Amino acid sequence: MPVMSYIQAVTSALKEEMQRDEKVFVLGEDVGKKGGVFRATDGLYDEFGEYRVLDTPLAESAIAGVGIGAAMYGMRPVAEMQFADFIMPAVNQIISEAAKMRYRSNNDWNCPITIRAPYGGGVHGALYHSQSVEAVFANQPGLKIVMPSTPYDVKGLLKAAIRDNDPVLFFEHKRAYRLLKGEVPEDDYVLPIGKADVKREGSDVTIITYGLCVHFALQAAEKLAEEGIDAHILDLRTVYPLDKEAIIEAAKKTGKVLLITEDNKEGSIIGEVAAIISENCLFDLDAPIQRLAGPDVPAMPYAPTMEKFFMINPDKVEKAIRDLAEF
Amino acid sequence: MSTNRHEALGLTDEQVIDMYKTMLLARKIDERMWLLNRAGKIPFVISCQGQEAAQVGAAFALDRTGDYVAPYYRDMGVVLAFGMTAKELMLSAFAKAEDPNSGGRQMPSHFGQKKNRILSGSSPVTTQLPHAVGVALAAKMEKKDFVSFVTLGEGSSNQGDFHEGLNFAGVHKLPVITMVENNKYAISVPIEKQIAAEKVSDRAIGYGMPGFTIDGNDPLAVYEVVKEARERAIKGEGPTLIEAVSYRLTAHSSDDDDRTYRNKEEVDEAKKKDSVFTFATYLKDQGILTEEIEKEITSEIDRIVNEATDYAENAPYAEPESALKYVYEE
Repeated sequence: MPVMSYIQAVTSALKEEMQRDEKVFVLGEDVGKKGGVFRATDGLYDEFGEYRVLDTPLAESAIAGVGIGAAMYGMRPVAEMQFADFIMPAVNQIISEAAKMRYRSNNDWNCPITIRAPYGGGVHGALYHSQSVEAVFANQPGLKIVMPSTPYDVKGLLKAAIRDNDPVLFFEHKRAYRLLKGEVPEDDYVLPIGKADVKREGSDVTIITYGLCVHFALQAAEKLAEEGIDAHILDLRTVYPLDKEAIIEAAKKTGKVLLITEDNKEGSIIGEVAAIISENCLFDLDAPIQRLAGPDVPAMPYAPTMEKFFMINPDKVEKAIRDLAEF
Repeated sequence: MSTNRHEALGLTDEQVIDMYKTMLLARKIDERMWLLNRAGKIPFVISCQGQEAAQVGAAFALDRTGDYVAPYYRDMGVVLAFGMTAKELMLSAFAKAEDPNSGGRQMPSHFGQKKNRILSGSSPVTTQLPHAVGVALAAKMEKKDFVSFVTLGEGSSNQGDFHEGLNFAGVHKLPVITMVENNKYAISVPIEKQIAAEKVSDRAIGYGMPGFTIDGNDPLAVYEVVKEARERAIKGEGPTLIEAVSYRLTAHSSDDDDRTYRNKEEVDEAKKKDSVFTFATYLKDQGILTEEIEKEITSEIDRIVNEATDYAENAPYAEPESALKYVYEE
């Protein structure tokens, strides 16, 4: 099985879906000739031409809105927001339009658009190239939000997003793009949206997280295994709607739960995960639910000292697991 | 006798009578909705009154079997011309389960009907404009011979989506026709407090497309300019921005009292130009709308509106739990 990077998995999924279905097309800023600022659409312009890999004007609401219109017609647009931070001008289109299209038309119209955006910090991106924006969209029924953690998941889930008949936000961790590599099948495969995935079996502490933090949790878990602390890691993969069954099962498994996000702590995805566990697992818990998250400041600062302070890393995860194991 | 203008535009006598019937039907449905609202039978009305000529004139210039429309909330004339029925509009007014727009989920006049290629709309204004551009992009990509037509109010032309959408359409020369229905008011705020430019259509140059301002009370003038815009679009010459100037004859909605911001004299003056009457006069002058035909049309429309009202009033609401349906594909 070939090994590819996280971003190569993105490109591979796009390419295969565009080959499979002529209705699939990519639109966004710099996605065409340049192949994207991160090169996620590298080579697609040459293979599929200008209109299937469309360089749009610099206007995010139009990228989303034009994509929504094309999707209503029957195309399969994959819109790229250059950075998740820049999705804000498109929020009205995503929340008022895409999310509500099927519901408001009583199932007459639907909106099969995928909106990809690189998110996350640790790349010297400062306030506006580092944010995690999933919580903005995570109370909007009608949307699905996918945040994969491995190249294998990226390819299978991006294909599923493109084939989905409802709007999917697909957030890719930009630091993972070239940091993470893994085996990815050459065959066509899709992974189910809405299903979490156990990334490590363990019996002492349950960690529930998503995105790049899965990788940090795995690193911490390997280290702690040497001390005899056995961590169980659940990767949410889809952060909205959440896989409640998998969350409850994972929490019950060890009775000690650590939730991790790179986002600000308050109002983040893991707050909802904590609520699900509280509602369902009271008598199975042996310790209070713990949250490890970014601080409640507006966004990630630029200077390396402050950036490091904000970011989650394997050391922070290791300490949090150890504290919980010793509770 | 006035000059025959419609023949020169390639319109038959039957077609102009049909235009008039559609305008009058829109007006009569709208008037009935106000009565129903004031009688406490339906919670909300937002009107097309004063804009029927622009809506119907434009719709008749399109291919009503293949083009797509993204109407805004006043466009009863557009959706009637595109195949929505009086009964369906009344079902929406009464928020009944059978309403094809939304099954009673949305407020009335939030149009949408896939079988007639009427894109579903929402309440935040101008969001439909990029959607129409997206449909036009699909037409270009798929090399299909249809256009998309999108409307909005003049106040809505200040939204970012207006700029973003029209610029996108201009850059890619897409077959989309945008018609701003300038009725002089955005709720209470008059046009001069909305737009610094003399005309909304002055903005077209910034998007690299032709812009026209026309008399929105004249369905034939609107027909002509939309017809030409459609021909350009089909030939690959790109989008057009049209401003159809008329007047909003009612308050903004059933929840608005327009006496707080405009005077009666102004409204009375506008009523003299009411297209439902001026177009009837034209058709009478042409000898097309005889007394007999007018009577026939009026009684037919009365019957249609009465039947639609009775049907919708007696139709069932959606089951309460059906509120849970269709969040995602089922």
